[in-house]
Amino acid sequence: MADPLATVETKAPPAPARQGSGRWLVLIVPYLWLLIFFAAPFLIVFKISLSTAAMAIPPYTPVFDLAQGFVGLVRGIQEFAVDNYLWLVSDDLYIRAYLSSLWIAAISTFLTLLVAYPLAYGMARAPKGWQPTLVMLVILPFWTSFLIRVYSWIGILKKEGLLNQLLLYVGAIDQPLTILNTNWAVYIGIVYSYLPFMVLPLYAALERLDDTLLEAASDLGSPPSRAFWQITFPLSLPGVIAGCFLVFIPVTGEFVIPDLLGGTGTLMIGKTLWTEFFNNRDWPLASAVAVILLFLLIIPIVLFQNMEQKRAERER
Amino acid sequence: MIRRFSFFNLTSVTLGFAFLYLPIVLLVIYSFNESRLVTVWGGWSTKWYGELFRNEALMDAAWVTLRVALLSATVATILGTLAAIALVRFGRFRGRTLFSGMIYAPLVMPDVITGLSLLLLFVAMGFARGFWTILLAHITFSTCFVAIVVQSRLVTFDRTLEEAALDLGCPPLKTFFLITLPIILPGVVAGWMLAFTLSLDDLVIASFVTGPGATTLPMRIYSQVRLGVTPEINAVCTILIGIVTVGVIAASIITKRQEVERRRAERMAMATP
Amino acid sequence: MAGKAVGPVRRSFAPWTDPASKPFIEFRKVTKRFGDFVAVDDLSLIIYEREFFALLGPSGCGKTTLMRMVAGFEGPTEGQVLLDGQDLAGVPPYRRPTNMMFQSYALFPHMTVEANIGFGLKQDRMAKGEIDARVEEMLSLVKLTPFAKRKPHQLSGGQRQRVALARSLAKWPKVLLLDEPLGALDKKLREETQFELTDLQQKLGLTFVIVTHDQEEAMTVADRIAVMNQGRIVQIATPSEIYEQPNSRYVADFIGDINVLEGRIASTGNGVVRLECIGTGATVEVDQDLTAAPGDTAWFAIRPEKISISLDRPQNGTINAVEGEVWDIGYLGDVSVYHVRLPTGATMKATVTNRSRLVERPITWEDKVWLTWTRDGGVILTK
Repeated sequence: MADPLATVETKAPPAPARQGSGRWLVLIVPYLWLLIFFAAPFLIVFKISLSTAAMAIPPYTPVFDLAQGFVGLVRGIQEFAVDNYLWLVSDDLYIRAYLSSLWIAAISTFLTLLVAYPLAYGMARAPKGWQPTLVMLVILPFWTSFLIRVYSWIGILKKEGLLNQLLLYVGAIDQPLTILNTNWAVYIGIVYSYLPFMVLPLYAALERLDDTLLEAASDLGSPPSRAFWQITFPLSLPGVIAGCFLVFIPVTGEFVIPDLLGGTGTLMIGKTLWTEFFNNRDWPLASAVAVILLFLLIIPIVLFQNMEQKRAERER
Repeated sequence: MIRRFSFFNLTSVTLGFAFLYLPIVLLVIYSFNESRLVTVWGGWSTKWYGELFRNEALMDAAWVTLRVALLSATVATILGTLAAIALVRFGRFRGRTLFSGMIYAPLVMPDVITGLSLLLLFVAMGFARGFWTILLAHITFSTCFVAIVVQSRLVTFDRTLEEAALDLGCPPLKTFFLITLPIILPGVVAGWMLAFTLSLDDLVIASFVTGPGATTLPMRIYSQVRLGVTPEINAVCTILIGIVTVGVIAASIITKRQEVERRRAERMAMATP
Repeated sequence: MAGKAVGPVRRSFAPWTDPASKPFIEFRKVTKRFGDFVAVDDLSLIIYEREFFALLGPSGCGKTTLMRMVAGFEGPTEGQVLLDGQDLAGVPPYRRPTNMMFQSYALFPHMTVEANIGFGLKQDRMAKGEIDARVEEMLSLVKLTPFAKRKPHQLSGGQRQRVALARSLAKWPKVLLLDEPLGALDKKLREETQFELTDLQQKLGLTFVIVTHDQEEAMTVADRIAVMNQGRIVQIATPSEIYEQPNSRYVADFIGDINVLEGRIASTGNGVVRLECIGTGATVEVDQDLTAAPGDTAWFAIRPEKISISLDRPQNGTINAVEGEVWDIGYLGDVSVYHVRLPTGATMKATVTNRSRLVERPITWEDKVWLTWTRDGGVILTK
């Protein structure tokens, strides 16, 4: 018997033997587009992160002078400087911003999972006829602007906002709470904005779960609460992992939520990069910030990409 | 088996959706607030909508955003569909890992990185920044989302349908347009809609790559929001939510009706001997 | 089927004939409704300890629902289900001494073969050493010892089936429920496994209840078969009784191949029934006690292998004989099935065992033939 694990490698169908060369245009057009507009820019970011800021347009030196050809290239490389990186490592503001970004992303990913799991579970266990509508209802807020959804929380979380008014009204508190401009507001904003990204992969994993597996567990003596941890949760793990990646990675570099909901004490690297770029106009330093952020995220991104690719191949 | 909502499931679904929708509903309600103070209810009024339409800067921004969204969604749909076909149909080819990496990475790439890197590219290439650079940027990241959506539709596509068409003498390109495209069309349309809203939505990337003269609606909203919450912005948001809701409901009614029609046709076909 | 002493002990196992036998599983006037749909309709049934019992019927006849009520996945809308004298109402599946082998096997995909088999034992908080020993024992019972560390997706269909069997047997349940256990296997493997199942059941001395739509499977493995239709039991009997003495056209038709001729009762009494079949032009005489009046509609049912086919006119006249023309021959290797067209347009089937290696058969297409049968070859049915 062939080892089924070995079939993953050979799963991709062999390319048909003879087809027109026009067929390769299908691949080449998007390939080139992404190479030019997605991959190549990273090299440029890296290059500029080694430059020095200058009062000029564009505001950095050296600028590659391609008209000078190879000589220009060599001269450019000679002028490269690692000053920006030294600066980033020596100032603990940046290090703290990186660490705090990762920390906030980790906590809010966990909170999102806590909120999303019961919702996805309830959806997957709902009557079959309801499910498309429920999925639609999860996606619908996603179609409305991200900015608007974050913004709507300002009116709720403010000192004189609706949440405080409600809590005062029911007598749960007698002094309005300060939520806006704290990390709590950031957590709430992230959980709220990224909820669909967590719910959808979780739902996909839970919905696939075969009911007879739970019946079998019950038949073999496992009560429902135990069967959840023995069967349901382990089998939903691919969804949990995919959801966590989809939330954790972009949240680490998030700018809008900490900017609008967070306070001065909320340190996030996306905000730092924005400030360096727009307020201080230090493009090389902003580039260095981006390079290190990318470096931190490269492992989760590669893991995520591998996982998605494997999943796509399995479904084929 | 007939499944019913259990109490636990009903509760968690209800709470989940309350959390998702309450802020949006409150926003819509407060856009009709007479009072300038956002948190004090001063009676129903539509005056902020009137002010909104007299605000030329906002209207200009809306127009720029709409054009960018329409154009970028269309181009991204074409590129993304091609990419999806390449991913699903081309098997193993040289550079496949890089290609699929470039498709999946933008899904999770923080906007600040994408925005900064594209800006630096445009500067290096000497592009005049403005409408066109926003368009190029939006096409790039939307392409990946379209590719993923179309790909998920393509993997379930029954390839024997294409083989049947080829067998009956239809050349490959014609087969694609006559057989493949109509069947994957729902995925392509969904991809277009996703690309459209992503473009409408984007603040960070557009802020990086824009130049003088091209301000999008999110950028305008953002700069006003930074100055404080205003009922005018509530009104803009309500209109946007309204447009999206109407669009989505219309789309779902159309698909639902087609589904009902198809079911009825199937039943009638089954009934005839 | 003459010698009584030929078979093993099995033959003498017939608790249903002994009025003193204690019911093991009992359905008392059970009805189950899903909305408007009545899945089980006022059904009573007794299954005895150590019995291998088959529920046979087409899909949607309620057989699976019946089994799921024993396992505890469904509760009866009305009536009672008892196991060993105890009413099962309100006892959840995880507290019942029954185990089920699922049609889809329902193997836990994230656990190894070992972990799957040991799962039920772990739920009972059995000591680890004991679990290991029992799992070991079960693995060797189903001949899967070398595959202990594999995951379900690394096994063939037949191996998965045996893991599912081992898992449901590991707890020594009072009752093992088998839901279409062999449906996913190919024919050859299925036949082998059928014998393994009966073997295992006798060795372990457990009560097995099997649900199947495959009559051959039911006949091979079961002590008794209940043939079901639309939520009711049509007949409960041993496999040979079901085959040879069906109580209705439904059972006759569902089990095996059969010719059914419609007719009117001409006379009854003295253990002989005479039937005039106008549609086929045959007069049938059968040794049978039947309560029916002359003129009533009745049906003569006879299996193809109980019909003789001959080129010569039978000597004893036209009773239990019809003339026709060979219309088609289905050559199956071991037997050939002759489709004979009667003058009235009806067709009858007769099977002939191919006893010689001649490729040319003495009877061939378009031959005029006579079909005859004996007085105990068929049965007259009134419903």
